[in-house]
Amino acid sequence: MAQIWAISLKELKAYFASPIAYVVTAMFLLISGYFFAMILAYGKDAGMMRYLFGNMSVILLLITPLFSMRLFAEEQKNKTLELLMTSPISDAGIVLGKFLATALLLLIMLLTTAHFPILLLVLGKPDLMPILTGYLGMFLMGCAFLAIGMLTSTWTQNQIVAAVSSFSISLLLWFLGASGSLAGAELGALMTYVSLNTHFESFSKGVLNSSDLIYYFSVIGILLFVTVRSLETRRWR
Amino acid sequence: MIEVKQVSKYYSHHQKAVDNLSFSVPKGTILGFLGPNGAGKTTTMRMITGFMAPSEGSIEVAGCDTVSQSMLVRQKIGYLPETPPLYPELTVESYLDFVARLKGIKSAQERKKRIAEVAESCWIGDVLKKSPGKLSKGYRQRVGLAQAIIHNPEVIILDEPTIGLDPKQIQETRKLIKGLGGQHTLILSTHILPEVQMTCDRVVIINKGKILAEDTPANLIARSAGVQQIRLQVRGPQSEIATLLQAQPEIENCMYESSDADLHSFHIQSRRIGIQAQLARSIVAQDWDLMALQTASGSLEDIFIQLVTKEGGAD
Repeated sequence: MAQIWAISLKELKAYFASPIAYVVTAMFLLISGYFFAMILAYGKDAGMMRYLFGNMSVILLLITPLFSMRLFAEEQKNKTLELLMTSPISDAGIVLGKFLATALLLLIMLLTTAHFPILLLVLGKPDLMPILTGYLGMFLMGCAFLAIGMLTSTWTQNQIVAAVSSFSISLLLWFLGASGSLAGAELGALMTYVSLNTHFESFSKGVLNSSDLIYYFSVIGILLFVTVRSLETRRWR
Repeated sequence: MIEVKQVSKYYSHHQKAVDNLSFSVPKGTILGFLGPNGAGKTTTMRMITGFMAPSEGSIEVAGCDTVSQSMLVRQKIGYLPETPPLYPELTVESYLDFVARLKGIKSAQERKKRIAEVAESCWIGDVLKKSPGKLSKGYRQRVGLAQAIIHNPEVIILDEPTIGLDPKQIQETRKLIKGLGGQHTLILSTHILPEVQMTCDRVVIINKGKILAEDTPANLIARSAGVQQIRLQVRGPQSEIATLLQAQPEIENCMYESSDADLHSFHIQSRRIGIQAQLARSIVAQDWDLMALQTASGSLEDIFIQLVTKEGGAD
């Protein structure tokens, strides 16, 4: 446990020692601030935060690969993976430590937008529940993106390649639901279920479905498991 | 302490990096792993540390298998890879603290104490606050050495520890390594021969993934000390010259080296002092031309070159 935390701490230090964390957070704030202002200008109905969450989750899709791309690609390039993989910490511990760090970074980034709902609370009486569940949904979906990105990062020592693959996979999983209607009843239902986007909708409406929670937890869990396996295969190559 | 049992490693079907390697390192000894570049030294060390699994065979460190009991092995090992594993974002001090945590030193006080100790023994006290990007190769190497010993491991594996150091640092590093022997078991790889002679208790010479010799440095030198290495160049019929040379009872080993038209070179080993005179006489008596005759006494260098270049030539 102490070792897992050591990895997380080191990753967080690395994020804040390089410009990545600041630049990405600033861009995220800028773009979501723009959307927030636009939505405020156009209409003040009850669903306004829903639009914002929808927009913010697209931004997340675009920028989370920038957080996750370095996780294993950089270790391979710096030849530091050899240190991690010969230390008394399991491969699962390494993966968990790194995931914890990026998830924490994502949380920090999401919290920098906390002034949006605070502004709404000061100026009016918005429904609190959809805001809270919306943030939870964005965090969970962001974590799923990060887990995809961490997996692709184990495949290469090139961070750009890791980011592009992670972005493509995330985007495909995102759009899978939209094309579900074309694919016939059973396959279509499956595609809609697997899609990352489908399960976000209820969160942004203020509904906390256990099935949606279970979906995100399972997706993240499976991806972390595959990442551990991907790391393990290096020993046998 | 370390048992390598019939270990092979294939990177692909054709590429055998390590071929049926077996050796053991008793507790407290310093083993020098000697071989030319690409001999399989790094691959073997990676397998001992558990970074890679052997394709065949098994390795035990302190009685634990490196694959099935990897976690136990890793607790006991300190490892300096070929490239010092440094993070550009972490200063030397926070890097060493991270490694100490990773190796399982829980108390912050203990970590601080160990960082101070390794900073002193590896002479990196003056760069603790610097980031590795600003360090010279020598310093990076020493920080790498410091992280390998920070948790005071029983077994220390060093892949070319003195590479990139200046002569004075090399000397000091050898002193440090020698000081680690006794309480620790060490394997260090190198292609610098005097290093082995100065620091190691035992030597394993490998080439193309196979062991060519295993002994103490002194024994290896002694093995060839009494033996004269003679190089002969004779003009004449090759097979008859070879027959004549092999017929001499005092010649222990006669290797045919090369030919240039009817000029043939041979490498001869013999313990008999003054065998040159006898050789010269018998060659001239056959009416062949003796073009050159050189003698050299043995050193580790000779054995190494001989083993590595004449693989299969010696019987």
